[in-house]
Amino acid sequence: MNRKLLCLLPAAAVIFYSVTAGAETPTPPGGATISGKVTYTGTPPKMKPIDMAKEPTCAKQHATPVMTENVTTGPDSSLQYVVVYISEGDQGSAPPSETVRYDQRGCQYLPHVLPMQAGQVLQIFNDDQTSHNIHPLAKVNPEWNKSQPAGSLPIDTKYDKPEFIPVKCNIHPWMHGYFVVLKTSHYAVTGQDGSFSLKGLPAGKYTVSAWQEQYGTQTQEVTVGGSETKTVNFTFKALPY
Amino acid sequence: MGKAFAVLVTLITLVSIAFFFLHTWWLPPNISTTGRAVDHQLEETLIGTGVLFLAGQLMLGWFAWMASGKSKDAPAKRFPGGAASLVVTAILVVGIEILTLTFVGSKAWGAIYLTPAEPGALRVDVQAEQFAFYFRYAGPDGQFGGIHPEKIDDGSGNYFGLDPANDVAARDDIVVGSLVVPVNRPISLTLHSKDVGHSFYVRELRMQQDFVPGLDIPLHFTATQVGKYEIVCTQLCGLGHYNMKAYLEVMSEPDYEQWLKTQAGQ
Repeated sequence: MNRKLLCLLPAAAVIFYSVTAGAETPTPPGGATISGKVTYTGTPPKMKPIDMAKEPTCAKQHATPVMTENVTTGPDSSLQYVVVYISEGDQGSAPPSETVRYDQRGCQYLPHVLPMQAGQVLQIFNDDQTSHNIHPLAKVNPEWNKSQPAGSLPIDTKYDKPEFIPVKCNIHPWMHGYFVVLKTSHYAVTGQDGSFSLKGLPAGKYTVSAWQEQYGTQTQEVTVGGSETKTVNFTFKALPY
Repeated sequence: MGKAFAVLVTLITLVSIAFFFLHTWWLPPNISTTGRAVDHQLEETLIGTGVLFLAGQLMLGWFAWMASGKSKDAPAKRFPGGAASLVVTAILVVGIEILTLTFVGSKAWGAIYLTPAEPGALRVDVQAEQFAFYFRYAGPDGQFGGIHPEKIDDGSGNYFGLDPANDVAARDDIVVGSLVVPVNRPISLTLHSKDVGHSFYVRELRMQQDFVPGLDIPLHFTATQVGKYEIVCTQLCGLGHYNMKAYLEVMSEPDYEQWLKTQAGQ
């Protein structure tokens, strides 16, 4: 093999490494972890079945009716779709290059709550055989609404300022979701079991916030060391109505 | 040339009339107790206008046939009494026909829209919004909760603006996206609009009534045939108007009771 080419190998390896490293999540290796569970006490409201009879192409995609999602509960009093994030203590970072994806499928917004970092590219897809008109009701960021007939290209957009933005469809009144635009890159949405985990935090003192669309925000202060793991739980008070 | 025109006019006229006799493009079956009066009115209108149309077109053909081949200098015939009496006669004939149709028709219309619903009619509340219809039933307690427009929240399924936290009657109200009714039972609707003007139109019921924001508009009917029929918005209401529809499902009494029970349990 040519000597010159051999000399180039380490350089190529460095370039290759930096490219692949850049494609990964921005979370630095190691660091502290804050994890926990979000639950409720009391009686949450009963979620209602959504009647999609007027849109047969969507209705037939659901064997059982889709339910409203404003208070989604799971086993052991867990709360789903709660956004847990670092509201204070994080210096902030440049938005990651990955795009976040939002789908309109079966006349539902997927996921129901979509967190993203300010400035991050958001791609909105219409996977349905019907038109949608997505209308994020932004107040701090610019407000817009856009029609997306079946088969349209995705909408590419981004929000520059942190905000909790309710999203609705101007054609299908039951479609409802949230864009949660955050300054921090440390955030999570609780799953069915109500659990969350914020990883890769540098040692320091943080304010952790948990936001639920109907019950508002709760905060807790947490101090973590180097590669420590701390548990933080949140409990919301649920009312039946 | 004049004779060819005469033949063509007569042919077009007869073919057009034939479509009506053959019911080529006819109305869907009527399924309401009041629909017959509407159909009757429509038949009278079609007969009245049809006779005038037939007479007018055949006369046009006849005149074209008779005038064909005559010299340009031949004296033109005049209507007896001249132009003034021609105009007066036309106004009288057309005017009497339209006035007759209006008076006869207003009776049929008034019997549907200006009469109160039968006592004991099943009450259903209707909310129209861009771009869907929602229907509310009183639920097991038989009472409708109050409506508070500021409480309307589509995301949590509160399309009517109910306040279940403070209003016990609202807690069991049933809200659905289809109008389900028992057959042969009087139904009394109250139409509300959340945003702009909409319209409730079911061709099989022979009924069309606008929603006007700010008004509670009553509408009542009795469906006589089990089946599924389309409710469409016939008032241009915005971007998704083409897609604004719902279904009227007419069920047998036991099927309806079963449906209601299922809904109340959800």
